Amino acid sequence: MAIDIKEVEHIALLARINISEKEKAEFAEQMTQILQYVEKLNELNTNEVEPLYHILPIYNVFREDNVVESPDRDELFANAPQHEDGYYKVPRIL
Amino acid sequence: MSNEFETVVGLEVHVELKTNTKIFCACKTAFGAEPNTQVCPICSGFPGMLPVLNKKVVELAIKTGLAINAEIASYCKFDRKNYFYPDLPNAYQISQFALPICTNGYLDIDVNGSQKRIRINRAHMEEDAGKLVHDGTITTTAFSLVDLNRTGVPLLEIVSEPDMRSAQEARAYLEKLRSMLLFAQVSDARMEEGSIRCDANVSVRRKGEEKLGVRAEIKNLNSFKAMEKAIEYEAKRQMEAIEDGETLIQETRTWDDEKGVTRSMRNKEEAHDYRYYPDPDLPPIQIDAAWIEEIKATLPEMPDAAKQRLQDQFGLPEYDAAIITTSPHSLSFFDQCVAVFPEAKTVSNWMMGELSRMLNQNNLEIQQCKITPAMLADLLKLIADGTISGKMAKSVFEKMFDSGNSAAQIIEEQGMVQISDEDTLRKIIAEIIDNNPVVVADYRSGKEKARGFLVGQVMKATKGQANPNSVNKILTELLTKEGD
Repeated sequence: MAIDIKEVEHIALLARINISEKEKAEFAEQMTQILQYVEKLNELNTNEVEPLYHILPIYNVFREDNVVESPDRDELFANAPQHEDGYYKVPRIL
Repeated sequence: MSNEFETVVGLEVHVELKTNTKIFCACKTAFGAEPNTQVCPICSGFPGMLPVLNKKVVELAIKTGLAINAEIASYCKFDRKNYFYPDLPNAYQISQFALPICTNGYLDIDVNGSQKRIRINRAHMEEDAGKLVHDGTITTTAFSLVDLNRTGVPLLEIVSEPDMRSAQEARAYLEKLRSMLLFAQVSDARMEEGSIRCDANVSVRRKGEEKLGVRAEIKNLNSFKAMEKAIEYEAKRQMEAIEDGETLIQETRTWDDEKGVTRSMRNKEEAHDYRYYPDPDLPPIQIDAAWIEEIKATLPEMPDAAKQRLQDQFGLPEYDAAIITTSPHSLSFFDQCVAVFPEAKTVSNWMMGELSRMLNQNNLEIQQCKITPAMLADLLKLIADGTISGKMAKSVFEKMFDSGNSAAQIIEEQGMVQISDEDTLRKIIAEIIDNNPVVVADYRSGKEKARGFLVGQVMKATKGQANPNSVNKILTELLTKEGD
């Protein structure tokens, strides 16, 4: 499977990153190589193999439903570029 | 025109599960708190934070699954749904895509006296997003404000099959689902607080057609009424578009309740591409039969079973049983009242009549009512033993409803005791017969109406407190005797 420039542009848009024309060509080539490498797996017969959804053989890691007080709002806002009246403030969305 | 078409509806219902804390962190889930006061580094998406699943969420999801007759997965997991939006600080929502916790459920609804089964495709756990506040509308505002209190509140999204054929059926399904959630005690299920939110997938097709039409997903349905109106509007819009030869497109539309129309949300050309993949931070969940059994044992009597019991045990008509079992509070009110005053049909009549009328008038729910089941039972006893008439009881009931005082107390305060003493009544009635010779003659010559006038006079003379049965008996006796 080959990734073309159009596909790279689509992925860049989904990731909200700008890339140059030169990078588009580079990434198309690199991504194609990555896919071809992974495609090797298709040569194996995996009919009898359970799909793996998680890398560790652990299950049911739970927390009890007990409240822990949330940190002070101002501490959270220390990391926010902008805030106002107790809200995070963000640029217009649409 | 519309006879040629049928409407096809499927509902996606987001249910806020009733937990103390969020799904992946220990922040509170209380409704209406100051903005950003129930937020921590996990739910606000700080880098490197690890989510840990709240066990209660899984238990409530299983419980809901049992209530909607679904299969509970023995193995399920969480996936990341990727998109950028300021109400989603991680830029992905943790949800279940490939392996949801519940599949293949159903609910039976009543439509126009017959039962219909609505299939449920799946129910999956996920985290809620935050809330955005705009100055004006989202497209004109200079900036937006973000409150992350709701981010990470646990949701169960319940997705029906497109099995409903009208807005009424959709409403019946949503009401039934809400009542199941209330009975199972898994959610507050308050539409006005957003603890149930509903999107409707609406399409139309010519009758007899197998293939589904092109659907629109309608958002912003904040009440049962809004949902019904939006589905009706949208179905009509699609039918007209097809008749006019237009080609419908699959799209998301928003309901404008004020104008009563749905409007296209005009998503960007770019189709949604959520790039779901398993969340590596959250190990999968295994659910064994013992765990399911343990939860099943905590499930109280559900509305369908309760409805059957009211018919079998108390001989109530199906209609009464259906109304009483619309909420667990109403059912418990009935059960408690009947335990003290066993004439079930009388209790049911009062609940569906006076009680329901007063609750609606005051915009209250039965659990907020000052009249307890025992208080209603006491009032009904006073009618049954002749202390007060049914008519007096209605006025006593209203006073009880407003004040929370007992029937006996109100009757005493108002001097409302019914006059059943026959000697007293006989004296009053004899006097009225003497004073109205013309009316009495009319009655004796066959004018039934004249009798009503005499009864009215007795009631007037006794300020409505005469026992109507005694009045009738004595009136008949005296009118017959003096006619001889």
